Amino acid sequence: MNPDQLKELQNGIASAAGVGSTAWILAASALVLLMTPGLAFFYGGMVRSKNVLGMLMQNFFCIGVVSVLWVLIGYSIAFGGSNQIFGGFHFALLNHMSEAVPGYAEVTFPAPYESNSLAQVIPPIVFVAFQLMFAIITPALITGATADRWKFGAFAVFVTIWSLVVYSPIAHWVFSPEGWLFKKGAEDFAGGTVVHANAGAAAIAVALVLGRRKGWPGTSFRPHNLPFVLLGTGLLWFGWFGFNAGSELAADTRSGFAFVNTNTATAAAMLGWLFVEKIRDGKATTLGAASGAVAGLVAITPACGFVSPAGSIAIGLIAGAVCALATAIKGKVGIDDALDVGAVHLVGGVLGALLIGFFGTGDVAPGYSVDGIFYGGGASLLGKQALAVVSVVAYSFVATFIIAFAIDKIYKMRLSPDEEQEGMDFVLHGETAYEFTSLGGGSASLLSTATTTEEGQA
Amino acid sequence: MKLVTAVIKPFKLEDVKAALESLGVHGLTISEVQGFGRQKGHTEVYRGAEYKVDFVPKIKIEIIADDTAVEELVTTIATAAQTGKIGDGKIWVLPVETVVRVRTGERGSDAL
Repeated sequence: MNPDQLKELQNGIASAAGVGSTAWILAASALVLLMTPGLAFFYGGMVRSKNVLGMLMQNFFCIGVVSVLWVLIGYSIAFGGSNQIFGGFHFALLNHMSEAVPGYAEVTFPAPYESNSLAQVIPPIVFVAFQLMFAIITPALITGATADRWKFGAFAVFVTIWSLVVYSPIAHWVFSPEGWLFKKGAEDFAGGTVVHANAGAAAIAVALVLGRRKGWPGTSFRPHNLPFVLLGTGLLWFGWFGFNAGSELAADTRSGFAFVNTNTATAAAMLGWLFVEKIRDGKATTLGAASGAVAGLVAITPACGFVSPAGSIAIGLIAGAVCALATAIKGKVGIDDALDVGAVHLVGGVLGALLIGFFGTGDVAPGYSVDGIFYGGGASLLGKQALAVVSVVAYSFVATFIIAFAIDKIYKMRLSPDEEQEGMDFVLHGETAYEFTSLGGGSASLLSTATTTEEGQA
Repeated sequence: MKLVTAVIKPFKLEDVKAALESLGVHGLTISEVQGFGRQKGHTEVYRGAEYKVDFVPKIKIEIIADDTAVEELVTTIATAAQTGKIGDGKIWVLPVETVVRVRTGERGSDAL
């Protein structure tokens, strides 16, 4: 084979790998988008029937506002190359998409399995689409802690500011090769710190500003539709394959490991949570199965590209059991984290990020020095992981608290006691979720008369 | 005429309806209700948090019958609805002043 033929062959292979990976990441992006409606139903089923539309609306609204912000400046702040703290405005309005994403080398000949992190085989605009879906779901995660009491207008202003001031910078620090935590060698495969620990810390900060729900603790806040919770969990689990296996940004062996690890840890975490429930409460519950699965998905998120399937079982079991026990914390400290975003996303995200320091192995991530303590790698990786966790959680909590506090001073974020009693659905959106009455919870009227205008009938 | 009202366990409705039909009862009205008696409510546990559910779901059956039919009616319902466990419900009987069949305007026993 002469050099020209070799070159042609190499280009052919490179282009085939790029095409396959691009197809996968586009599909993965759509999978990740579906997680936000999934989350909406996961949360929506857990609130009372008078607040279910308010919850769904907050989640769907995140898709609306963040999608637009991302194109305007959100992406540029997260993945631009200005400095280690802030990405800058070079990619505002998604200009300059012909340039490689800063920090990533342009690749002409990837050998998929061995390709190291800084080779990106997908076009930058596909990377933009994939990362957008992460930016959407992160603020949506917050809404679980703040359920039943947040005015919609104040929420809209909050998400707009938070996405640009908290999410995009943290994504830059950790995900962008130009970010300071990335350069320190902290590993976060798919967003244990950027998405979950970040959203969990922010959720607790907003819950503190809003205060406790009327009647909490004491009044019955039992979930109004557990089948919705399980349906939402199924959608989350399905979408999460895009979230985690897509974060390899290529279709290769390591994305396969990420896929299998995601499923394995999620299954193990469900078992771990159910085990705790059976011992502690006497019965294994459907809500426990759903919550355990989500805790496992969260914990494996940062680790799925660095650990073995055996390690994933351990991470899942630990996450399921620890998160189940962590749900008791909010009652002890008196913070009304309504749907346990702290116990599941903050605790789970932090656990997953730190456990890389124990279970990480270069066998799954060739070219990375990620051997954890159980693989003879020493404690230095754990130290870097701890630095990332502390930095992200501290910045997210403090910045979120300031943003929420300021908005509260200007707008009064919380519903009035009467409005809270009436429920978000009717008070905020003028709608009722279900066409039947339910004693105690619902606000639907038995008797309703439709008035239709002449034009409406035409 | 008398109004017989029975509050029973929801899953016993089919048994009670079948027993009443074989007795030749022409019509009855049911509603889904919630309440508690000596049984009190129950507790449910969600993510480790216990919630006391004070009002448990029941079915209320209402039948209007001639005075002579009442005793057998009450016995039939009581037998069909019984499980022997706490929470089986209650039956009570009230006098009815009059009944009107809306379609024809018939009154009293003729309207039953």
